[in-house]
Amino acid sequence: MTTNTRLAAVATRRRRPVPISKIVLTVVISVGAFGMLYPLIWLLFASFKPNNEIFAVSQLLPQIWEFGNYAEGWFAAGTQTFGRYFGNSVVIALASVVGNLISCSLAAFAFVRLKFRFKKPLFALMLMTVMLPAQVTIIPQFILFHSWGWVNTYWPLILPKFFGVEAFFIFLMIQFIRGIPRDLDDAAQLDGCNPWQLFWRIILPLLRPALVTTAIFSFLWSYNDFFSPLIYLTESDLFTVPLALRQFLDSSGESAFGPMFAMSTLSLLPPIIMFAIFQRQIVDGIATSGLKG
Amino acid sequence: MTALSTEPVTATLKTGSARKVRRPGDGRWAAVFLGPWAIGLVLLTIGPMMASLYLAFTDYDLLTTPTWTGFDNFTRMFTDPLWQKAMTVTIMYVAVSVPFQLAFALMLALALNKGVWGVGFFRSVYYIPSLVGTSVAIAILWRQVFGSAGLFNQGLGLLGIESTTSWIGDSSTALWTLILLRVWEFGAPMVIFLAGLRQIPTELYESASLDGAGPWRQFWKITMPLLTPVLFFNLVLQIINAFQVFGSAYIIGGNGGGPANSLLLYSVYLYQAAFANFEMGYAAAMAWVLLILIGVVTALNFWVGRFWITYSDD
Repeated sequence: MTTNTRLAAVATRRRRPVPISKIVLTVVISVGAFGMLYPLIWLLFASFKPNNEIFAVSQLLPQIWEFGNYAEGWFAAGTQTFGRYFGNSVVIALASVVGNLISCSLAAFAFVRLKFRFKKPLFALMLMTVMLPAQVTIIPQFILFHSWGWVNTYWPLILPKFFGVEAFFIFLMIQFIRGIPRDLDDAAQLDGCNPWQLFWRIILPLLRPALVTTAIFSFLWSYNDFFSPLIYLTESDLFTVPLALRQFLDSSGESAFGPMFAMSTLSLLPPIIMFAIFQRQIVDGIATSGLKG
Repeated sequence: MTALSTEPVTATLKTGSARKVRRPGDGRWAAVFLGPWAIGLVLLTIGPMMASLYLAFTDYDLLTTPTWTGFDNFTRMFTDPLWQKAMTVTIMYVAVSVPFQLAFALMLALALNKGVWGVGFFRSVYYIPSLVGTSVAIAILWRQVFGSAGLFNQGLGLLGIESTTSWIGDSSTALWTLILLRVWEFGAPMVIFLAGLRQIPTELYESASLDGAGPWRQFWKITMPLLTPVLFFNLVLQIINAFQVFGSAYIIGGNGGGPANSLLLYSVYLYQAAFANFEMGYAAAMAWVLLILIGVVTALNFWVGRFWITYSDD
């Protein structure tokens, strides 16, 4: 057996024929991939089906294309159109992006490049908050924001991001800044840069890949967030897309699956388009830091 | 410098600090740079944590001032059938979904790493469910798929199995649909496994096969041991996440615990207590129990980890 495998290894190295196993494996993985995506593909086509077809016919493609689902769904939830809900979601998500970029890059810079007292315990605290379950802070936070009259405003959804609450991104940027050669700092300092100039002129431009990753994930997390908007937003004018979808489900139940699927499909487009554009950053971001999607 | 390094997370977790330039007055600058984060830490994290610890020993409905009740919330919890149900459902959910999710993630990562055409393409395709899986849209889809006339039963029909069971409406199967949803999202840990596999030097395999080790032996002697830190990382992360799942369960369960509370995940019950019944004290106590539970499970994970994780450099 040993000589056989050794010979086989030598033979493959020399001729490099396409091994059967590679073909088989690729086919199996393709089938698996199709299976994984099938629910989404089905959702897409179901969003063009009349309601009776969704439940009665097991065919993937619609027999009658019901484009009206989209028009109907657009106006069907709450007091506003879905256009408004998408707008709301995007405003909150973009503000979250800005908040995270500012607060997390500042903190990360300090943790890597500055020397100060209690650095180690503060760093440990920061790491602990990364894994802290939100449940344990959400109730007093709610009480606090409630007492400030911030229920039914976007402040509770946006403001925490300006204070580095999503510490995962600080961690991500710390990892990245550690990889930036210190010679650059030293040179900048010799030229008389203070820490702010060092941060602004040297580190920040080099930090761009980590900033991009942070921006993408901030957007996705905020866009997908259901829990916080559910707690803080009760007026349907202010609803985000997930809240609007849930309202749609509650108000029309099982009777309007076509339009509901139409809006569900639309709601999935922003993340999927972002993924198509920023695939590499997203995959690298998960691989390097275990960011959840 | 243009891309993030693809070193696996576990390798970068070490807090190796390089030489530090001693600068006078760094402290003041640090206050500027850390200011926002420090304010957030005190006002939005540590403060609320302490406040919820206090509330856990009180009765508070958001309108009247909290009244101290000692350990009442905790004794109530341990005799509350709904809390017990939530605990059972959550532990079942975590204990079943995470191993299956990681098993699929590992299998696919190994298969993709073995050399197929279009690795990048497949990696993306398998990742997409992780990207969208926790959304309300997918929860709505799930309600249809596993409903009585849903896609799943239609598929069974094609196989000649006639079924009109509503898998979500039946309390004995509802949780399984939720578990399946999580397993479906195995793409994220798969990406992490793939990055870990890439780190294993190919020379190891070459010299092993020259020494006559077959693929099976190579897998158990090289791949698995070197992948254990990544497996551990995924395990810790996914368990912590799974304990906190809310949205999907809440929507699939129809704004509640689902049939006979079979979908009453811990977070869903906590939400009901706090924001439907306004029992803030009770909910805060539940939150602290969850925190301690997650802490204990994670600590246990680290302790058990010492026996099965192989660290290559020591």
